[in-house]
Amino acid sequence: MKLLQNLFDGIKPNFEKGGKWEKFHTLYEGHRTIAFAPDLITKSKGAQIKDATDLKRVMITVVIAMIPALLFGILNIGHQHFIATGAEGTFLDKAIFGALSVLPILIVSYAVGLATEFTFCVIRNHPISEGYLVTGMLIALVMPPFIPLWQVALATIFAVVIGKEVFGGTGMNILNVAMTARAFLYFAYPAQISGDQVWTYLGDKPAVDGFSGATALGVAYNSSIDGTPVVEALSTHNAALGADYSFMSMFMGWIPGSIGETSTLMALIGAAILVATGVASWKIIVGGFGGAYAMGLVMNALAVNEYMAMPAHYHLVMGGLAFGVVFMATDPVSAAQTELGKWIYGILIGVLTVIIRVTNPAYPEGIMLAVLFMNVVAPLIDHYVVKANKTRRLQRATV
Amino acid sequence: MSKIVKLKKGFDLKLVGKAPLELIQVAAATTFAIKPTDFPGIQRPKVLVNEGDTVKAGTPIFLDKAMDQVIYASPVSGEVVEIKRGDKRKLLEIKILADSSVMHEKVGALDLDQDRTTLAGKLAASGVWPNIIQRPFGIVANPADSPKAIFVSGFDTHPLAAEVPSILQGEERYFQAGIDALAKLTTGKVHLNVDGAKQVPAIFAGVKNAQINQFSGPHPAGNVGTQIHHLDPINKGDIAWTVSPYGVAQIGKFVLEGIYDASKVIALTGSEMNQRGYVKTYTGAQVSTFLGGIPQPETLRIISGNVLTGEKIEKDGYLGFYHNQVTVIPEGKYEEFLGWLKPSASKLSFHKAIGMFSFLKSGEFKVDTNTHGEERPFVVSGVFEKVMPMDILPTYLFKAIVTEDFDEMEELGLYEVIEEDVALCEFVDPSKNELQELVRHGIELLMYN
Repeated sequence: MKLLQNLFDGIKPNFEKGGKWEKFHTLYEGHRTIAFAPDLITKSKGAQIKDATDLKRVMITVVIAMIPALLFGILNIGHQHFIATGAEGTFLDKAIFGALSVLPILIVSYAVGLATEFTFCVIRNHPISEGYLVTGMLIALVMPPFIPLWQVALATIFAVVIGKEVFGGTGMNILNVAMTARAFLYFAYPAQISGDQVWTYLGDKPAVDGFSGATALGVAYNSSIDGTPVVEALSTHNAALGADYSFMSMFMGWIPGSIGETSTLMALIGAAILVATGVASWKIIVGGFGGAYAMGLVMNALAVNEYMAMPAHYHLVMGGLAFGVVFMATDPVSAAQTELGKWIYGILIGVLTVIIRVTNPAYPEGIMLAVLFMNVVAPLIDHYVVKANKTRRLQRATV
Repeated sequence: MSKIVKLKKGFDLKLVGKAPLELIQVAAATTFAIKPTDFPGIQRPKVLVNEGDTVKAGTPIFLDKAMDQVIYASPVSGEVVEIKRGDKRKLLEIKILADSSVMHEKVGALDLDQDRTTLAGKLAASGVWPNIIQRPFGIVANPADSPKAIFVSGFDTHPLAAEVPSILQGEERYFQAGIDALAKLTTGKVHLNVDGAKQVPAIFAGVKNAQINQFSGPHPAGNVGTQIHHLDPINKGDIAWTVSPYGVAQIGKFVLEGIYDASKVIALTGSEMNQRGYVKTYTGAQVSTFLGGIPQPETLRIISGNVLTGEKIEKDGYLGFYHNQVTVIPEGKYEEFLGWLKPSASKLSFHKAIGMFSFLKSGEFKVDTNTHGEERPFVVSGVFEKVMPMDILPTYLFKAIVTEDFDEMEELGLYEVIEEDVALCEFVDPSKNELQELVRHGIELLMYN
């Protein structure tokens, strides 16, 4: 390690004031502090010691929590490919196939995002923040498996610049950065991120007869038109090809969808890591699932079509609800920040997701818009919670 | 009616280096200093002595021209050897070389049966007055005010703090006299708050003229700010006073004997302290004699006070006026390869993020002054709330100070906190912000605008 330290020390003069790369000082510091926790000490007044946890450790915890979803996503993409083309594939075939599709997206997301971030840090002379560690992974996981890489790059730049940097960088953004990237693609290039054709990659092989590329949510939506009960429609969907759309199978995640979103189980493993480490708010997660389930029951009670009559618990395992609630809604910067506010925010995300899914024909998946909408509303929720705190203090004074 | 309050929020920092409960013998300090910088809120200090003057314990050394009835007195008798000033002639410290035995200015015992104003005036002129702190703002109290209540926290939950019964041994009589004097100064009650988890110590057991309340829970249960919040919170326009138990006894001694006695028992603590224990000395003592032969001072941090709210001093520095503890820990000026990622159970952390296993360890932690990370904007939410046992939203309060929004600062409770009340927030903050400094900045904005 001494070697690496010496290497850093060797190039340090170039980045100091008056050095030839003075402007890139922040990049030097950023890389050095990744390799080595810095040798900073506390000031002479104030706390003389500090907690051993820093933001880098908090962020890496979130990345680690997403790894199960990533790995499962890779495997599932291969799995879906072999179902659609009718070919036989071993575990390894599926994993390799999936990896070849996912890793380029992940690399593009990180490379482009970090480059954008570094550019802003240099221009503004900000320290490099750790936030993008999480955002880069999230962007990749909410993409369809075969999205053109240039679209990933474009969406990433849009999200980092418009979603975050214009507000002042990490910690200042109003919208979840990764959701901003997805929403950008959704509205700018809908053909590559919605519909029935984008979720399963066929490659140069033709689809087998009778294959339908619809996602579970797509099937459910069609039920509301043709009147077949959703559970029955799901059970026959691609059944001849060996696909399984039972509740358990959807819970495991063996269905088409964005890279990381299909498996509720993997999202729950992530949730367990985030809650056990205290990094994400369990109130938002419980609120999100609870809100969706409750709204599903309300829909059942008011059912006028088959989609509304779908058993409420199916909502929890279809589409990206679990992934969105666990990893997107809990982003501490864009979520509500008061404890009561977190409950309200989480519950409303679940409720809105189900409303958008069931009642809006234009958007088969509701979690993206629900999270973005609640990101916008979160400061308002907090405003009233904070106001209640102020009022309590005022009332105390007059007693 | 005495109150019993059980608190859940907070965090006890269990550190290596607690002082054993025994008085140790060290060479007596010979130089003492009184530092105007120990007293927040002093605006225009004026020195009343010259270099070379001889003084007694209790002789006025300086005063604040903004509140000139309060004098700051010499803790010992001896010769003024240096008046140290910094940039722009800012008064830093007045050093006194002590005589071998301390002589006191004597004014005779104080009769408590006189009107409030006269009583306050006599205390203000005696040297004991700076023990009385005003809330809001945490500044030396103004003798002209009538506080709505006076609060005394009978226990200290700070890391490695001196045990209150140990530093007040044999002072029962003075403590009671101090409480009696304070009771005359307030229009309301004197609250004495004791540790609800322990037997009430002998020194507080029979105290009269005060309401005894019990507080239990993790730090900051012993902070007087926390206690005020749960007993009789401070609203805009309110004034309350706080006094440490040591301060109460010192006031009592002046009442009974008419002298300013600055002798105090302090705890020598910290993992790198040569010899830990309690020593008897005077306010403002030069700490070098307590440290023994500490080998390499540049690798050690010497702190007047505790590790959360104390102040770094040099090896030949002086004990702060309000401090009864000297802590020595290692400096943390080192880089650590992948230090932000390495799993560890031996590094103290409030958090449980990946690799931080300190919550599994039940023993004591050795800490140093490394910040374990760089400063960042506020990102994580809900952390400060877990260590703030008051109905205050710390994140919003801090943001209000950052944006200098006066209405928000008032409404969100800046009248209820001073530095020590947010010290734990500063410790746990993964974004490493200087929150105590921030709160003082906010208080100064409110005070002077």
